[in-house]
Amino acid sequence: MSVIPLDTSSVSPLLQVRDLKMHFPVKEGVFMRTGKFNKAVDGVSINIMPGETLGLVGESGCGKSTLGRCIARLYQPTSGTVEFGGTDISRLGRRALMPFRRDIQMIFQDPMESLNSRHTVGQILEEPFIVQNIGDKQFRQTRVKELLNVVGLPARSVTRYPFEFSGGQRQRIGIARSIALNPKLIICDEPVSALDVSIQSQILNLLIELQKEFNLSYLFIAHDLAVVKHISDRIAIMYLGKIVETGDGESIYRTARHPYTQSLISAIPVPDPHHKSHRQVLVGDVPSPINPPSGCAFHTRCPKVMDVCRTVTPVLSDDRQPVSCHLYPS
Amino acid sequence: MSQAMLSVRNLITEFETDEGRVRAVDNISFEVNAGETLGIVGESGCGKSVTAQSIMRLLPQPMGQIVGGEILFQGRDLVSLSVAEMQKVRGARIGMVFQEPMTALNPVHTIGRQLTEVLLIHKPITKDQAIREAIVMLDKVGIPSPDIRMTEYPHQLSGGMRQRVVIAMALACQPSLLIADEPTTALDVTIQAQILELIKELQTHMGMAVMLITHDLGVIAETCSSVVVMYAGKVAEKGSVYDVFDRPTHPYTRGLLESIPRLDTPPKSKLTIIPGMVPGLLDLPQGCRFENRCRYRKDSCTVASPPIETVEPGHEVSCYEWRDLKANESKIDVVTGGGDSITFKMSAVA
Ligand SMILES: Nc1ncnc2c1ncn2[C@@H]1O[C@H](COP(=O)(O)OP(=O)(O)OP(=O)(O)O)[C@@H](O)[C@H]1O
Ligand SMILES: Nc1ncnc2c1ncn2[C@@H]1O[C@H](COP(=O)(O)OP(=O)(O)OP(=O)(O)O)[C@@H](O)[C@H]1O
Ligand code: SF4
Ligand code: SF4
Ligand SMILES: [Mg+2]
Ligand SMILES: [Mg+2]
Repeated sequence: MSVIPLDTSSVSPLLQVRDLKMHFPVKEGVFMRTGKFNKAVDGVSINIMPGETLGLVGESGCGKSTLGRCIARLYQPTSGTVEFGGTDISRLGRRALMPFRRDIQMIFQDPMESLNSRHTVGQILEEPFIVQNIGDKQFRQTRVKELLNVVGLPARSVTRYPFEFSGGQRQRIGIARSIALNPKLIICDEPVSALDVSIQSQILNLLIELQKEFNLSYLFIAHDLAVVKHISDRIAIMYLGKIVETGDGESIYRTARHPYTQSLISAIPVPDPHHKSHRQVLVGDVPSPINPPSGCAFHTRCPKVMDVCRTVTPVLSDDRQPVSCHLYPS
Repeated sequence: MSQAMLSVRNLITEFETDEGRVRAVDNISFEVNAGETLGIVGESGCGKSVTAQSIMRLLPQPMGQIVGGEILFQGRDLVSLSVAEMQKVRGARIGMVFQEPMTALNPVHTIGRQLTEVLLIHKPITKDQAIREAIVMLDKVGIPSPDIRMTEYPHQLSGGMRQRVVIAMALACQPSLLIADEPTTALDVTIQAQILELIKELQTHMGMAVMLITHDLGVIAETCSSVVVMYAGKVAEKGSVYDVFDRPTHPYTRGLLESIPRLDTPPKSKLTIIPGMVPGLLDLPQGCRFENRCRYRKDSCTVASPPIETVEPGHEVSCYEWRDLKANESKIDVVTGGGDSITFKMSAVA
């Protein structure tokens, strides 16, 4: 099967994030402000084209979910812009956001947490239409059945409750809800991480099919690089609140430039006993976004650290495979 | 004759539940030798943790019971040991790393106190010696400034560090057998690599046998010498990693290996799937447990559970069709997306 390359010259990006920051105030005890900030997202710029999947990879706590939530405007970012279809939505109020809530949806790791357990699947899938005031009862019920069919669940599921389904089936319900209003962008936050291997592939196939059918764009967050590479057109590697490298999946995998990306790729266990691993085991601990290291945030663990790295913060280069590292002077 | 470090024979473990008695582990057998790592892999709920809990005699009481089989550890049957005797084996000679590190740590005690306690229970040493040994152990598992960490509480550590503390505790008494239940599942790949490397290193030094439970086939391929593939409480297939990864014979093993996205598969290509899902323990089919998802199923598969048979020395499989499947192993057919056809027909949203 051939993959049609996206023609990026004639189309403008669906999503353009510029220098986005989300700094959470750090509290200690009740009500006490320390004046410190958790710089969960600290100056991120990304683009997503219509119909494109951008994979987002990075270790736990590096700010992936926070970035996704800022884009979906579940959070109001501290600064920066989120242009969606040409409009900056980063500072819009509740009312002005309404139409964008239709266009941008989220799928979560544990659908159980995001699905109201006291509602039937029918009620869960009808809700987005009621909130947006779309269609009458009959229209909504027809639409719910269509949605179930699209995600491969039997029509009789409408009267059942989420707990009566398996993890994979619940994820299908979450997906059905996210596509209910014909969105343009779906933020998929670790949608298959909690699923068994044999169920993961069912959900990945479904997401890929839906994308082709409805020309959806995805921001696909996951820590399994093989999964991300499979579903993504481009991949962004995040470390401590910043993007450190981006490129198409094949380049990231074969010619990773950033030392963190290189160690990440070397650490992926390969399901082939003949494979000889060339693991670069990192030493040193993961730094905290509350007290990020000076200079390059990766310098505490980087096997190629130089003197300049401890004091000067590298910036993302402006070439085919942007990287933020002093080893690549621009 | 060389004796296995651990030999599980025909183990059957059942639970008493509100809806009736369920058999979570049904007649499974395997062996682990000194210096060797055995991997156990399988779908969520297939009985991996219950197998580990059975060996450690840590089944939830009174619901969980071993109702059949033997668990020979260094030749001694653990099933028949008294509670006091088992206590001595646990910790001193068998170390265990649990799926969730927090269950193994006491939130109100410092890391140091918990580690030294383990050492003091199982070794004839003084408190000072225990403290020194604990610091050495923390250092070995790659915890920076171990003397400071000794005075900290579990919640002050990151997930990866907590897991390393639990591993330090499990290894503190230099056990002959380490049982690790998903020790790296909650961790990032770079930290996972660090911990797997460490277990390997300690194993080479101490000649420890390791039983590693995981659902990650990559981790199995990289760290194990042999593997048991479980499905719905039974062994579907077992053998060396080369037997199982190079010549997978059970349709479930084949399905698993074909369905994982690999770094060299073309992006957005359709992945092979195993349609459907695992039957619940309360409504297990009478015949083969994989029957409702198997693309090689024959009517005869549904009558009784297939016996486990030897495909080649050390490579065993539980499937009626294994001879045919083995004959065709060179051309594993890739069925993509079978049984999951989706029709796109949706009305426009006004
Ligand atoms: N609502 C919040 N309030 C305060 N701090 C937060 C909030 N959400 C996230 N954080 C902090 O921001 C940082 C980034 O968290 P985030 O959940 O975005 O990470 P992540 O990359 O998604 O990690 P994971 O892979 O574990 O899901 C963490 O230090 C986290 O504790
Ligand atoms: N205390 C219990 N009471 C009743 N049933 C139980 C109990 N503990 C486990 N089971 C059942 O035993 C079966 C095996 O569970 P087990 O925890 O061994 O699965 P597992 O293979 O470790 O799965 P996972 O990959 O999700 O950890 C499951 O069907 C589970 O529901
Ligand atoms: S800037 Fe320096 S410390 Fe940072 S990744 Fe590059 S070489 Fe390593
Ligand atoms: S016994 Fe039959 S149903 Fe079971 S795995 Fe073998 S072929 Fe499939
Ligand atoms: Mg997250
Ligand atoms: Mg388990």
